[in-house]
Amino acid sequence: MVKIENVTVAFHSKEATFKAVNAVNLTIQEGEVFGIVGTSGAGKSTLIRTINLLQKPTSGTIWIDNEDITEYSGKSLRAIRHKIGMIFQHFNLIHTKTVFDNVAFPMVIAGASKEAIARRVPELLDLVGLSDKMHVYPSKLSGGQKQRVGIARALANNPRILLCDEPTSALDLETTNAILELLKDINIKLGITTILITHEMDVIKKICTKVAVMDRGVVVEMGNVYDIFSRPQHPFTQKLVAHTLNLELPSRIFKDVKGSLIKVVYNGDRAEEPILSDAIRTFGVNINVLHGKIEYIDEKPLGVLILNIDADSSKIEQIIDYLKERTASVEVFHG
Amino acid sequence: MDSFIALLPDLLKAFWETLQMVGISFFFSIFLGIPLGLFLFITDKGLFWENKALNALGGLLINVVRSTPYVILLVLLLPLTQILIGTTIGPLAASFSLSVAAIAFYARLVQSSLCEVDKGVIEAATAYGATPFQIIKDVLLSEALPGLIRGLTVTGISLVGYSAMAGIVGGGGVGDLAIRFGYYRYETDVMVITVVILIVLVQIVQVLGDAIATKADKK
Repeated sequence: MVKIENVTVAFHSKEATFKAVNAVNLTIQEGEVFGIVGTSGAGKSTLIRTINLLQKPTSGTIWIDNEDITEYSGKSLRAIRHKIGMIFQHFNLIHTKTVFDNVAFPMVIAGASKEAIARRVPELLDLVGLSDKMHVYPSKLSGGQKQRVGIARALANNPRILLCDEPTSALDLETTNAILELLKDINIKLGITTILITHEMDVIKKICTKVAVMDRGVVVEMGNVYDIFSRPQHPFTQKLVAHTLNLELPSRIFKDVKGSLIKVVYNGDRAEEPILSDAIRTFGVNINVLHGKIEYIDEKPLGVLILNIDADSSKIEQIIDYLKERTASVEVFHG
Repeated sequence: MDSFIALLPDLLKAFWETLQMVGISFFFSIFLGIPLGLFLFITDKGLFWENKALNALGGLLINVVRSTPYVILLVLLLPLTQILIGTTIGPLAASFSLSVAAIAFYARLVQSSLCEVDKGVIEAATAYGATPFQIIKDVLLSEALPGLIRGLTVTGISLVGYSAMAGIVGGGGVGDLAIRFGYYRYETDVMVITVVILIVLVQIVQVLGDAIATKADKK
């Protein structure tokens, strides 16, 4: 378990003090995949670095398995770092060492025996699907392969915690999905607590179970990924979610459309029910779907539809009430 | 051709002296220049032995040596040479001031190669709990190796040039030969021969250095 308690990181310049992280409290349970999302400059990168003290907090406490590590330094700090794996946006492999030596590096540091290393490294490369690249130099690898080496390296000392600093931001979409799948697999197989920061809600959606949303150094919202996506509370979160659900209509439609435009959000239990056709039958109106998407988050469906209903206003009101009872949220945004 | 054969013993002696001077100072530039450059790098801002005062002091020392023209440095160091080596004449004596110049020169090249090392890789090693010594050995020196070798090539070549100057104050070597025969005695062919020798020497150092650096470079 990782607990970030009232952590603030302040940077001082001549004119002012800038709080990159401002009084953040987070608790990450054993075995969870916890995402921290925010735009660049939100302080998430600084925050994740406080967990292994690459960035020392100005104030506050970092707890790892009920052990206060905030003041650790020297030997005790290095010992705790052996138990925290980390992967990076730009992979940060040692260019002059082969894949084998890169993966072996944390074990060498921790003083593992040659035999133990010779046993463990092939296992790790097998886990990330790079057995055939053992004696290749990183420059010969693609971005996705480099990140796989990074993951194997991070797992070398059997850490209980894996920190992921924008692990897919330098990768294309397809590779991103493969890497996220690998991280999820590893989380399930090894039960390793995974903390991941990203600026993409899509990444959160694909692998996280819990998420904290950061904006200007502050955690503005936190909860289960499904809840955050289906009912974002904070305006910043709403913006982030809207961006990934990305339901923008061409402006022409607003001019041409008759009647009302309604945005309906379904949540888990009812996304599979025939609510729309029921509404059409009950009220005898035409409902036209202009835009829509159904996502599966944490294996639960989450649907967003933009509907056009052309009817008199009292009837529209009735339909809205009907939909409100059966869906997560209904919002009239035109007409 | 006759004059060349007559000159051969002198030429071989001079060549041997040049090799001695370059060799000795080359050795010291590796064994003292790398630690000094490393020291400058890790005492700089944001690194693990950050120390403003020591960093400034080291930088100043190097700048003093580097901004003194070599011929003047040579003369300035004569008294110290006398104390340390017991003489100011001969290749061994000249090697002292050559070493001082080469160490300062190479230390700066070492520092700048280290600056090229990806900070992310250093951060990764830190995150895995590496000690400063492990970071120096497995990350800094390993990652900077091609640059360090290229720097050595440049240092070696500069040393060949400097060693010719050392000839002026009695260091001996190919440069000394060129001045005594070629300049004072107007024997232009001697001058040409020495220049050819120096060109060949520099070429060998360059080609060798490039080959080793390319082999070490895995980027």
